[in-house]
Formats: sequence, C-alpha cells, structure tokens
Amino acid sequence: MSDDGSAEIRHDQARWSTNGTYEPLLSEKDSTKVTVDADAAGLPDDLTRDSLELPGLSESELSRHYTRLSQQTYGITSGPYPLGSCTMKYNPPFTEDVAALPGAAVHPDRSEASIQGTLELLFRLQGYLARIGGMDAVTLQPPAGAAGEFVGIRVAAAYHEHNGEGHRDEVIVPESAHGTNFATAALGGYDVVSLPSDEHGRVDLDALEAALSESTAALMLTNPNTLGLFERDIEEIAAMVHDVGGLLYYDGANLNALLGRARPGDMGFDVMHYNVHKTFATPHGGGGPGAGPVGVVSELAPFLPAPRVRDADEPTDAGVETTEADAPDPTADSTGAAYELFDPEHTIGHVHGFQGNWLVLVKTFAYIARLGDEGLADASAKAVLNANYLGSQIDYEIPYEPFHHEFVASAGEQDAADVAKRMLDYGVHPPTTKWPEIVSQALMTEPTEVESKSTLDQLAAAFDAVAEEDDATIEAAPSRTTAKRIDQTSAARTPRLSWQALDDE
Amino acid sequence: MDGSRTTGSPYAPHTDTETAAMLDAVGVDSEEALFDIPEPVQFDGDFGIDARSEREARQLVESILERNDDLVELLGRGHYGYYIPSLVDHLSDRSEFLTSYTQYQPEVSQGFLQALFEYQSMLVELTGLEVANCSMYDAATALGEAATLADRVRGVSGSVVLVPEILDENKRSTLGNYVAGTDLVVETYAMDDGAADVDSIADRLDEDVVMLYAENPTVRGTIEPGLSALGDLATESDTLFVLGSDPVALSLLERPADVGADVVIGDASVLGLPTAYGMGLGLFATREDYLRQVPGRLVGASEDGDDRRAYTLTLQTREQHIRRERATSNICTNQAWVALRTAIHAATLGPDGLVDLATRDVTRARELADRVDALPGVTAPVHDRHHVREFVASVDGSASGIATDLEDHGYAVHALGADELQICVAGATDDELDGFVDALSEVIR
Repeated sequence: MSDDGSAEIRHDQARWSTNGTYEPLLSEKDSTKVTVDADAAGLPDDLTRDSLELPGLSESELSRHYTRLSQQTYGITSGPYPLGSCTMKYNPPFTEDVAALPGAAVHPDRSEASIQGTLELLFRLQGYLARIGGMDAVTLQPPAGAAGEFVGIRVAAAYHEHNGEGHRDEVIVPESAHGTNFATAALGGYDVVSLPSDEHGRVDLDALEAALSESTAALMLTNPNTLGLFERDIEEIAAMVHDVGGLLYYDGANLNALLGRARPGDMGFDVMHYNVHKTFATPHGGGGPGAGPVGVVSELAPFLPAPRVRDADEPTDAGVETTEADAPDPTADSTGAAYELFDPEHTIGHVHGFQGNWLVLVKTFAYIARLGDEGLADASAKAVLNANYLGSQIDYEIPYEPFHHEFVASAGEQDAADVAKRMLDYGVHPPTTKWPEIVSQALMTEPTEVESKSTLDQLAAAFDAVAEEDDATIEAAPSRTTAKRIDQTSAARTPRLSWQALDDE
Repeated sequence: MDGSRTTGSPYAPHTDTETAAMLDAVGVDSEEALFDIPEPVQFDGDFGIDARSEREARQLVESILERNDDLVELLGRGHYGYYIPSLVDHLSDRSEFLTSYTQYQPEVSQGFLQALFEYQSMLVELTGLEVANCSMYDAATALGEAATLADRVRGVSGSVVLVPEILDENKRSTLGNYVAGTDLVVETYAMDDGAADVDSIADRLDEDVVMLYAENPTVRGTIEPGLSALGDLATESDTLFVLGSDPVALSLLERPADVGADVVIGDASVLGLPTAYGMGLGLFATREDYLRQVPGRLVGASEDGDDRRAYTLTLQTREQHIRRERATSNICTNQAWVALRTAIHAATLGPDGLVDLATRDVTRARELADRVDALPGVTAPVHDRHHVREFVASVDGSASGIATDLEDHGYAVHALGADELQICVAGATDDELDGFVDALSEVIR
C-alpha cells in the first residue's frame, strides 16, 4: 500500500484496436470463399458442398492476432485470481512440456502391448489418487468435475439397481452446493431434494434427518463446504445416510483444503470426484479441459466405467486393484510389470468416447510426483493460511468461520458485482460474486497457496480501497480493462453468436 | 533460516518470516491450529509419494512414456492424428490463454472470448447451422447431449433414439449412460453396404422416434449418399435429425444444413490436438429454433460502456450454475482451450488448406485401398462406397494376428472382428504409406 492507504498497483490491460474500436475478427481481416471441386476428390457433385468461406490469413497475421487476443486475456500469470471454489493456482510450465512429449501422443485404439507407458502412468495415477482420497479404486475417464459427478451418480444408481434397490429416486443436495450437483442428479434421473444449512453455515442435521428416507440414493456433499467450513458432524452425517441405505458422495471441488490432513474415504464418503485441474494445478485453459477422476470404496468398484487399468500380474476379479495402494516405485524397475485394460464386472460402460482428457492426466501425474507427500500437505497448509491471512486483512465482514481454504465475505450495502468490477481496476481478478446465496452480496474468495504475503496485501488493499469508494465510482468500473462494463442484458436479448450474425445486421 | 523459503510445496512462495508474520496476524501459533477437523477423521498417515525436483519429475514421466512403442499410426475411427503446425502450439501455449479461467469477468477476458466467438463462427460456416456452442467434451458426450436435447424438444411424443447398427461401441455406450436417467431408449437401424439403409429407416420412423442419428463419414470411413433422404424423412416425422461429422470432413462433404440436419455433433479436435490417447473436443451446432435448449457455453457479441463491440458469455440461464436441476446440461468445465487450438489450426489452414486436406483424405484413401487390394489375400475397400480418410479391408487369415505382425514392422492398424482391418491415411506421410504397403505385403505372405 502507498502512504495514503490506497491500493498502489493498478492494471491497464491491453486494448488492441483498429480505428479506435476493437481488434477485428478474423473474418474482418480476410474472408476467402473457395469453390469446392468435387472432381478433384473424385466424388459426385451431390456428395460435396458448393463452397467454403473462411479467413485466409498468413502465419504472421495470425500470430499477431492471437498474440493480441492473449494480451486481452487475464490469466493466473497476469496476477492474483482468488476466484472462490475455482482454485486458481499457478501452473508450472514443466507439466506442459511433459504432456508434449512424443510418447504422450498415442492413438486410443493402440494395442495394450504397444502403449505400456501410457497404461503405467494411468495405473500409477490411479494409485496416487486412491491414496490421496482414501479410496479403494479410481477411474480416470471422466473429462471434468461435472462428468465425474455424473459417473458417481451413475455408479450409485447401478449399485442400488444391482442390490434390488432401484426404487431409490432421490438425491439430497445442500442449498449451498455447486450448481453442477443439482444438474448432475437431474441428468441421472433423480429428484433433487434441497437441504438447508443451519445457523452456523453447515448441514442442518434435523433437516437432513427429515430429508433422508428409503428413497434416498445419495447425499452429495463437499467438505469443507462452499463457505470454507469443515462439516464437523461428518461422521454422524455419514452414519445417518448409510442407515437409510444411501451413499455419501464427495464433491472434490474443495479438496485443496484437505491434502494430507483428512481424506474423504476416512470420513465415510463412498464415492468422490477429484477436480485435478483445481487440486493439482493443471491449467484451466479458459474453461477447460479439466479431468474429473472418480474414486470409490471397494463395494462400488465393480460398477466403475470401462475400461480401467490394472497390473496384469495381479489382476483381481472384483475389479478392485489391491495393488493400487502400494504400487511399486516406478523408478526402480524400467521393465516393470505389464499393465492391461479390463472391464469392471458390473461396469456402467463408457462415459467418454475414449479415455478422457489424457493430457490433463499427464500434467496431474507430473505435478503430484513433483510435490510428493510433503508438498501436497504444505499446499493445503499454505492455502488455508493464505485464506485466513487475507480474511484477517480486509474490511468486509466474513459472517461464517472458522474457514479453511476459502471464505465468503459480504459486500454489505455495496453490490458485490460492482465491487468485483472495480477490483479489476486494481490489477486483481475479483472473487466469485453473489454465491453462495447464504451470504448477502457474497464475495467468495480463495487465494490458494501460490500467493505471497505481499500479493495478499495487494489483494487486501484492493478489497479495502473498494470498500471505501462510493457507489458512483464502483458502478462506473471497470475503466482500465480491454472493455468497459459489458451489457449482459442486450447480449441475451439479442443473441449474436457468430460473425455471420454480425454480418446480418 | 530467517528469510528462507519454507520447505514443502515448491509453488508456495512463503518465507519462514512471512509465514510467522501471517500466523501472527491471524492470531494462531501454527498452521495446524487453522484446521478445524475433528480428531477421528484427521489423517496422520502418508501417501508414500516422494517429492522430486522438477528435473526428476520430468525424467520420471519421460522414463514411463518411453515404454510406449514408436509406431506409425494408421488409426482412425473417429480420432485422427493430423500434423499440427507449430504456430498452434506456440500461440495456444501463451500463458494468458492457458492459465485463465472461464470468462466470468468478460471485461478482462475479451481475447479468449473473441477466440471462442471465432471458433463458434467457423463451425457455423462449416455446418450451415446458425448456432454452435464453444464445446462439449468429445463426440460421444456431444451425442449424449443431443439425445437429451431431443428429449426436451420432442419429449412429449416419443422415446426412441435411432442410431446406426455400425457405430463406435464406446460412443454407443456413452449415449446409453446419458439417456439412462431419461425415458429414452436407444434402437439401431440397419446399414446397407456401409451406409444407412434409407428404406428400412423410412419404415421405422414414426412419432415414437425423437431422434435420428447418422454419421458422415461413418465410423468405417464411408461417405453417406442418402443424407438428404434422411433429412426429408426426419422432417416428415418431426424427428430431430442429428448428424455426426468433423471440421475436416465438413470442409468437403455436403453441408449439414443443406441435408436438413437439426444438430451436428462430432469431434472437432481432428484439428488442434495430437492423438492424445483419445482426448477430444465435442462439436455441437444446431438451428436457431433450439437456441434456448442448447447445452454448454455460448459466447455472444454485445457492447461495452463506450458502445464498442465486446464479447461475453451469454444465455447463461440455461446453465447449471444458474438453473441448477433445470439446466440444459450439467457441463461446467468444458474444452475451451482445445477449441482455441482448433480455431488456430483451422485459421492456419484457411479455406483452401481445409478443402485440400479433406480432398487429399479422399484421394489418398482411395489410392491406398487400390494398392492394398492389389495384394494377394486382401480385398479393399470392403464397401463399394466413397471413402474419406479410412477404409475397411478384408484379409485372408487372422486380422488380429496380421495387426500384431504389422506392429512388429512399426505400423498400427485396427483389427475388426475376425478378418477385417481398418486403415486410415490421416496424418500419415506418403513415405509412411509406402512403408506400410511393403510391410503388409510381407506380413500376409
């Protein structure tokens, strides 16, 4: 902070434009229409299109275009990105290099014998994740966290069906849960039962008791919850769910708070997904790809998606790899055991055309191998320390505590969305706003372990500077970004979703 | 150790001094005191994972991946290994692209939003449909989303999703999982010499069928000759006509809008990704009529406070974070960065390059089929159809045995059933195809 207490760092984002307007679309730089010659392909005319019209630019023109677009994009390498529940960590570039190794680029239909390296990496990652989550078996196929949720729900449904319990048609979801939980349960064909929080921001046990019944297929829960609070009654919650024959599902979105400190499997969770792009720092890539591996207890392993990887020397018929928990040191023996694919006994089948987002899994493996036990535990310790330190330094009220890796502050009389826009001017990405709705004008903040004390001080200064500003100032923000405040209403009212739609105007 | 960095996560920047100061500011004496975890569920074991230097971690992955055999992959069936220009890697790896999140604050995300808008626009041109989203996970999950779309827009009148009897089994299985929570059932229609049997589909289509799915090209590489007829049939029976394809094939083959497609799904990562063990990019385009039922993210153009054009995620009331259990899909994290790569790859090729690539896929598949057919004991192509990229050959003897022997010669092909091979030219050089013909002639001798 500067002497007068104002946030001294400001951010002037790149704004490339032509004629003072905007970086032109590719189509505005060039539009080339080519006639498609069916004869050239030796095809009859009626099997081909007539023409194709797309930009036809040189490499140097494209290089400048996309470089300019990158300069108009804020990433974690641009500055702090404390987007609550999204766990935006710094991404070490070496993981990009290992994912780009020639050996990583194999076709999914290759013979198992010819891709032993790929299978070994998958096997070892299954083992890493099983141990980190306290689970017995892991599938790596789901290509995102929500896809992992879907696998968890499908596995739960298959398990109940197998046990003659197919009548269970309800999934219970806390009101504060991620929206994906509700959508996933509905996609799985379940009625969603919404569960209120108690006055302390945790699961209301009386409400849970009332919600549970013989219709309960599962309770979906994250711990710490979206307020950053640990569900201290987790053992009792698990017992209550299990008593009615339901399964306990762990949403791994907040696992970054627990690495090496607690494991979902030890808390009584039966099935969980890991957001490897959050917890293990593989880049979010502007919205993906991620990967959402799913871990289960042994009773559910036979229902996991097909195929999975196992040690060919020690295959088990139940679909659970007992060897996952004690995989041999991969550096010890380069000849190693042979790995093979197998279909779990009662598999739900595929949930992706092939084996999910493999390149993300390579990055995840490299990241975990880099950190090891000590680094993983320290990541959580520093993530929790950073959240608590930042929380202690800001003027906004934080209604619920003690929080772990994230907190939800209230903007009070201010509009949280306006606060967020103004924070952009101070060179920081704002928190998640107006969610969870338990907190009025919520600013859901998760600095993660990668920010230094001085960066957190910068963040706190931004929070506090905005807290003191008048409505007119923050309503006019942002002013230092590529675009000023964008009209969301007209975008939705008059959808223009392609350059063709712009041309039609 | 004053001022030194705390050991542990190599990406946590704290010095011991700073850690102490922060703990002091919070008012606790240790990091442990910040964890509000009841004793019975605390974890005090270890994972048994060694920490490594960056160099050691890199070497570990290298040593594992070196165990993959280096083969020339003449493999396809929905996933292709085209050469990717260096420009794609270098531009998409710019860290602002790579390390940004979903564009929830559009004012600082204009660059990525514009790139996704341009991606959507390219798919609009390729499909002829008015709306493309900015990605699903892959073709299989996009097919599943198409079925749930059909359920929403045709939900009251029927329950059957009709798919080809010759369909990638994983795609079929994924579709099965997506419809498991609905009242939809998946049925198949007959194929006639590697193409949809239009007559039998005409007999089958009635009000009970909510969705008809066809592929162009099919999983066996054949070009469908009867798509317009299928489109007409679907229109007559008020059935959602869903067509599976990809951006390379779409550069050359009939425009989906012209054959009456209501939805186009497929794997767009044929451009932009290496084979990557099947990692994909789900293409999803549809007609404007279904705009408010589209799954996934949409980027729209709008204006900012200075009345300048600006881009933003739009129509988010369809999405899970707003609509929860009434959302059109549960997708949240998608494949945005792959879409960026696909857009850059497509832009690098340009319209000439795309049409040339697809044209070469047709001519080179035909030429290779002719050369393979000339070998004793091999008949190719099995189907008397036009092909793009790949074709099926029948062989005397065991297909899997021949495929294994080919691996020993450095070539990977698909073995189908007892006596068929599927061979794909996408991504292979002419020298590699020459080498393959030599290897095959040796193997079958």
